This record gives sequence, structure tokens and C-alpha cells, in this order.
Amino acid sequence: MNIQDKNELEQQISKGNKRKYFLESLSSKVFLACALLSVISLLLIVGFVFYKGSNPFITGGYSFFDFLFGSDWVPSEDKFGIFPMIVASIYATIGALIIGVPIGLLTAIFLAEIAPKSVAKIVSPAIQLLAGIPSVLYGIFGLAIIVPFLQNNFGLARGQSLIAVILVLAIMMLPTIVTVAETAIRAVPKTYREGSLALGVSQIGTIFKVVVPAAKSGIMAAIVLGLGRALGETMAVILVAGNSLIIPTSLTDSVRPLTTNIALEMGYAAGTHQEMLFATGIVLFSFILILNFVLARITAKGAQ
Amino acid sequence: MRKFKDNMLRGLLWGSAFVSVAVLVIIVGYIFYKGFSYISFDFIFGDYSPTGGGGIFPMIVTTLLTILISLAIATPIGILAAVYLHEYAKQGRLVRMIRFATESLTGIPSIIYGLFGAVFFVAILKLGMSIIAASLTLTIIVLPVIIRTTEEALKTVPATYREGSLALGTTKLQTLIKIILPSAMPGILSGIILSIGRIVGESAAIFLTAGTVAAMPTSIFSSARTLTVHSFLVTQEAGDIGLAAAVGIVLIVIILVLNLSATYISKKLNKADY
Repeated sequence: MNIQDKNELEQQISKGNKRKYFLESLSSKVFLACALLSVISLLLIVGFVFYKGSNPFITGGYSFFDFLFGSDWVPSEDKFGIFPMIVASIYATIGALIIGVPIGLLTAIFLAEIAPKSVAKIVSPAIQLLAGIPSVLYGIFGLAIIVPFLQNNFGLARGQSLIAVILVLAIMMLPTIVTVAETAIRAVPKTYREGSLALGVSQIGTIFKVVVPAAKSGIMAAIVLGLGRALGETMAVILVAGNSLIIPTSLTDSVRPLTTNIALEMGYAAGTHQEMLFATGIVLFSFILILNFVLARITAKGAQ
Repeated sequence: MRKFKDNMLRGLLWGSAFVSVAVLVIIVGYIFYKGFSYISFDFIFGDYSPTGGGGIFPMIVTTLLTILISLAIATPIGILAAVYLHEYAKQGRLVRMIRFATESLTGIPSIIYGLFGAVFFVAILKLGMSIIAASLTLTIIVLPVIIRTTEEALKTVPATYREGSLALGTTKLQTLIKIILPSAMPGILSGIILSIGRIVGESAAIFLTAGTVAAMPTSIFSSARTLTVHSFLVTQEAGDIGLAAAVGIVLIVIILVLNLSATYISKKLNKADY
């Protein structure tokens, strides 16, 4: 090979390499851009909701205190108070928590620890499937069965009520809680159980004193997921809530939670009214954040 | 005494499990019982008629369109984002920030996405209440799902694959395309299936961005309703539980098929020898 050929060859190689290096650096930049897109989406959503929602209080002269604690929501008369909806959302979520979480967790413990294998093999995947079915279907079931039941057996004028919302949400969050908690309980190492049983603790004692505490953080995650779903649920709730704008004083009162307010009025709202719906969204958003934060703290304490 | 307590707790466990299973069986049973008589070839493939009767074909088409469009956008972006997070990024502040953002996105209730989509995509980008506006909103909803499952799938690809390929003189990009992504494919696929389930089940966000027009969409810019929104509306507006339940059956069957194929694919993944 003479010198000229060698130079040419080297040139070609370096040309090929240049292209390769270029592609490499280009692709890594494209990948980074894709990853950043989720950050941008989050910023866009949060920024947008907060910008729109805070506008009436910053430039419109509305009082944020009156918005939070006012009990009249009459957009046509320029009255925007969401206190009844906040109360309704909190009651509905707490109610669903009281009913759904114990049943869900006990079911998860049952499936992971004491159910015969053949039973768990059928029930677990079935419940997993139910976690995936559209939540609207739970609402339809609530409207078709729970609402008439309440109406007929408790003498309510309308079966659509806080208790109906609570029952639908509790049922809806069951599959989520069971599935996530079961996975957490199954992940507890076998040696924990063996050690406890070897010390003479009964099976039930082992489950409640050793296995469940060990699976605590996963169980907490299950509860957060379930509650988040309950707090954010909209369409199923519209069907059974009744949508009255009163502060609920009993379980049988018709209610309008925060999510429902947004979905019902967003279609025709404009101007300040629409911005107030965004403000309702901010309140909902804050609740979700508080929920995540509180439960993260509890889990962190448990870990210590 | 302790034995008594144990038996009580054991009874409680059996009882709770029985209640959960019973309630869920009743719900599914009820939906099938109420809706089954509506199911027919004409119901599935017939055009909708507002006077009652008629089929749900327009809603099926709308649902399929939203799935196709949102996945066409979310899948490549999600996979590439996961590739960046797992294969390219130096683990540091930027990666933590991106992870925090994707995790936060999963926690946002869908009505907030709807609120955002209804103004950003529908009004500001002037897409109107349309399938495309709903699909873009859904893209943001499923993006975190795809990123997370792809990352999990990438984690299962053994480091020796990468090292072996790189040692042969391939570039990082070639290794990624020829070795890593094919090995991670089953995991990525089950992530995509999960996302389809999420899209099919979504209602609030679609309700606010796609509108409620009950007709065959003529383009992706027409307003239309998906199956879920349809079953909601026939319940709320017409109180037609039977029809809603029939749509419910279709939805449950779709979810069932998706779940089964996801299980099948992940079983295949476990069988593959690494």
C-alpha cells in the first residue's frame, strides 16, 4: 500500500467516525429532550392550573378566604364559595377510607398469607383485573343498586347522597388497595415468618406482629394510591352524589365534591367562572399533595 | 384466650376476603346480567341512533382512535426518555428532577388533566373539543406509565449484553438499537398494554377535551365520545342502565383481553433465558 492510498483510507475512516460521533451526540440529545418533556408537561400543567386559578384573587380582587370558606356557589351572581365541596370531598374520602381500607388490607393479608393456594390463584388475578376496569362502571352500579337501596330502605327522598358516594368509592378503591398491599406482603422475606413461628408465635400472631409491620411501607403506598383514586374520582361520583350545594350534616345529604364541580361546569364556564374552576382544581391538587406528604412522613417514621 | 383472639382474627380475615370478593362478583355479575341482552352484532357494529337502539360502533372507533394517536406520540417519547434515564444519564440532580416529575404526573387526578387539556389544547392551541385534543391530554397521562415500565424492562437486560456488544466495537447507539431494546421489548410491550388499559378506562379527562358528540367521527378534529364517556352519558342523561351495562361488558372484555395478553407477554419474558 502506498502512502497516498493509506491517507485516503484514513480520511475515509475519520469521515465515517465523524458521522458516527455526530449520530451519537445527536441521539443522546434527543433522548434527553424526550426525558425533559415529562418535566415540561408537569411544569406546564401545574403552572397553568395555578396561573389560571390564582388570577381572580390577584387581579380580580376576589378574596381567597371567601373562596375557601364561603358557602355560596352561584356563578351567575358572582358568588364563588367552595366550602361545602371541600367538606364533601373530605367526608367522602374519610368515609371511603374507614370502610375500604380495613376490608382491603384484611383481604390482601388473607390472600397473601392464609388463603389456600388454589383460592389465591383465582382470586388475586380477578381482583387485579377489577383494578383496571373503568371507574364509571362502579358509578353505574352505584346508581343502579346502591341508590335505590338507600331510597327504599332508609326512606330518603333521593338515594343520591354522601353515603352512596362513600360506598361507591370504598368499593372502587378495594381492588387497588388489595393488589398493591398483597404484593407488599408477599415481598416480606420468608425467614421473618420462620423466625417468628420458630419462637412459638402462632400463625395469626406472626402475621399481625411480624409480617404486616415489615410490609408497612408497601401497605402505606397502597392506602395512598387508594385514597388518591377516591379523592380524584369524578365521573362515578357525579352519578351518585346528587350534586347539591349544601354543607353535608348527615350521611344522607346530597353532596357535590370538588371534582364533580369542575366536571359539571367546565363545559359552559367562561371568564371568572372558569378561573374559579381552576381555583377549585388548585384546592384539589393541594389535597393530593398533602395526602402524599402526610403518608410519606408516616412511612418515614415507621422506618425509623 | 390467645387462641380465641387468633380465631377471631382469622375469622375477620376470611370475612373481609369474602366481602371483597362478593362485592366485586356482584358488580361484574350485575353488569353482565343487565347488559347481556343488548349485546348483538348490530349493537357492536351498528351506527348510533339518538332515538334509542342503535349500536356503539362510533364509540368503538373513537376509543380506538384515541388509543392509536396517544400511543403513537407517547410510546416513542416514553421509551426514549426511559433510555435516557437508564442508559445515558449520569445519576444526579437532573435525573432526580425528571423522576420526580414523572412520579408526580402519575399522582395527578385525571380531572386536573382534563381541566388543563380543556383550556390548553382545546382553547389555546385551538384544536376545539376533539379527538386530537383528548389524545394529546391522554399522551401526558400515559407518558409516566410508559417511562416507568420501560425503565423496569431496561433494568432486566443484563450488563453483559451491553459489554459484549460494546467490546465488539459497536457504538452506544448501535448497541441500544440492536441489543438492548430488542431484549427489553416484552417489558416495553406490557407497559404499552397497561397504557391502553388506562386510556380505555379514562373518562373525566376525555369528557372535558373530546366532548360528547354521539356520531361517527369524520376526522381527528371532530368531537366524539369514547366507550367510557358513552356509558356515563347514557346513565346520566337517559338513565338507561341496561345500555350502559352493555357498554360496560364491552369495556370489561377489552380490559380482560389486555390483561391476559400482558400476563402472556410477561410470562414469555420470564421464560427467556438471561
